[in-house]
Amino acid sequence: MPTYDLAATPLRDLNQALHNIAPGDNDRQFSVVNPRGHHAVAVGVHAPVTIDVMGSVGYYCGSMNDEATITIHGSAGPGVAENMMSGTVIVKGDASQYAGATGCGGLLVIEGNASSRCGISMKGIDIVVRGSIGHMSAFMGQAGNLVVLGDAGEALGDSLYEARIFVRGKVKSLGADCVEKEMRPEHLELLAGLLDKAGVTDARPQEFSRYGSSRKLYNFHVDNADAY
Amino acid sequence: MCGIVGLFLKDRSLEPRLGAMLSSMLVTMTDRGPDSAGIAIYGDADHRHAKLTVQSADPKRDFAGLAGELQGALDAPVSIQVKSTHAVILLPQGKAEEGRAAVARLRPEIRVMSSGDAIEIYKEVGLPKDVLERFGVAGMSGTHGIGHTRMATESAVTTLGAHPFSTGSDQCLVHNGSLSNHNNLRRTLKHGGMAFETENDTEVAAAYLTAEMAKGKNLGQALEGAVDDLDGFFTFVVGTKSGFGVVRDAIACKPAIMAETDRYVAFGSEYRALVSLPGIDAARVWEPEPATVYFWER
Repeated sequence: MPTYDLAATPLRDLNQALHNIAPGDNDRQFSVVNPRGHHAVAVGVHAPVTIDVMGSVGYYCGSMNDEATITIHGSAGPGVAENMMSGTVIVKGDASQYAGATGCGGLLVIEGNASSRCGISMKGIDIVVRGSIGHMSAFMGQAGNLVVLGDAGEALGDSLYEARIFVRGKVKSLGADCVEKEMRPEHLELLAGLLDKAGVTDARPQEFSRYGSSRKLYNFHVDNADAY
Repeated sequence: MCGIVGLFLKDRSLEPRLGAMLSSMLVTMTDRGPDSAGIAIYGDADHRHAKLTVQSADPKRDFAGLAGELQGALDAPVSIQVKSTHAVILLPQGKAEEGRAAVARLRPEIRVMSSGDAIEIYKEVGLPKDVLERFGVAGMSGTHGIGHTRMATESAVTTLGAHPFSTGSDQCLVHNGSLSNHNNLRRTLKHGGMAFETENDTEVAAAYLTAEMAKGKNLGQALEGAVDDLDGFFTFVVGTKSGFGVVRDAIACKPAIMAETDRYVAFGSEYRALVSLPGIDAARVWEPEPATVYFWER
């Protein structure tokens, strides 16, 4: 199992090695030690490998991930798993601003809390947060699912398109055009699958509320001028 | 962009290392602000002296003979320690205002960086590492300190535009962000009697807090007011003689991270700035909430 020590090895060497992984290569497990808040650790990986980052990272860890399973054994700075395409990113600690922003696919699991703008402009990613999320989360979310076991901050789901939001705790306030919706059997089933994928065994889908777009801001209407 | 670091010591045995710890934190923030750097250090107040930290573009000319001339003007003992473009003038306690006026009269080109019992401010244009070396910051001791690396947006890259800003005795403020109502607020504060050295938005924030504390508010209360009265983006870290505070605007897009142990409270724009601190792996680390005031007082 190749190990990269970022106290001794330049970050570019790590990322280049990860980008060079070819189909059929024997090394499928990588470890990164001493990340010490470095930016852009394991970005743009395009192979079904496992990467364990042993500590806290700075901006954009695991962003643009395609197929890899990346576990951060610490906390993540802004933009963790930003624009992820597929695969899994797991944050054992907390995540800073805009976790999973613009993500197109894959699964982001945050075992601690996420701060503001979690899942902003999400485009198909699934995000499961064990703790709470900050303000303006899922802003302009287009597709995918945001699941929060704790509470949500102000203006949740502002200007939402078709992303689905499930919150178990309290929501401080809903953003423009975001409304609470009925939890139908297909939503319970979807949520059960997401919780299972994220390894959550201590929460039942029935405990969550569902939020989504009321679709009133999709087209210009003069009565909504204040909300645009 | 800009980078901020701050360190407030609880464990007195760390005090001789304050300058060294802050310096290493600040250098990691170089890529957030390579234009200029500054640091405010609160040393031990000896209760006998007031300190003025002054800066000159021509230190050889301006600092020569200054101690003697001030001594004559104030009829009191004055000592001066020159550090590169800055100098720390020690005056008898209670003579700070008189001393400041005498400096302005004797050397109109000199700028006062800070005044108070404990504070010293050093700031210059250039890379943080070079600025810190110039003033020997790594060798300084103290109880708390704040540093800033600047990427200028709202005013020119000059020594006076660098942070920290100090607008009141033993007070200082550093800022990451930009304010949009600073011109209006500056006018209001000027009517109230505040004086300004620059056109910089951050100086207005510092002066606002000074004016609010002059009304009798403590640092925490003044920071609460800032959330409502200042418009724009800000993460502020502020220092007073005995306190250290942090506040972010309600949108909170300027990054901030804090760590606390039994030995210290630390602030960084990024976690990178904190990784060398003793016991960081076991510290409580968190992101300060938007529009929420944090402050510590010794």
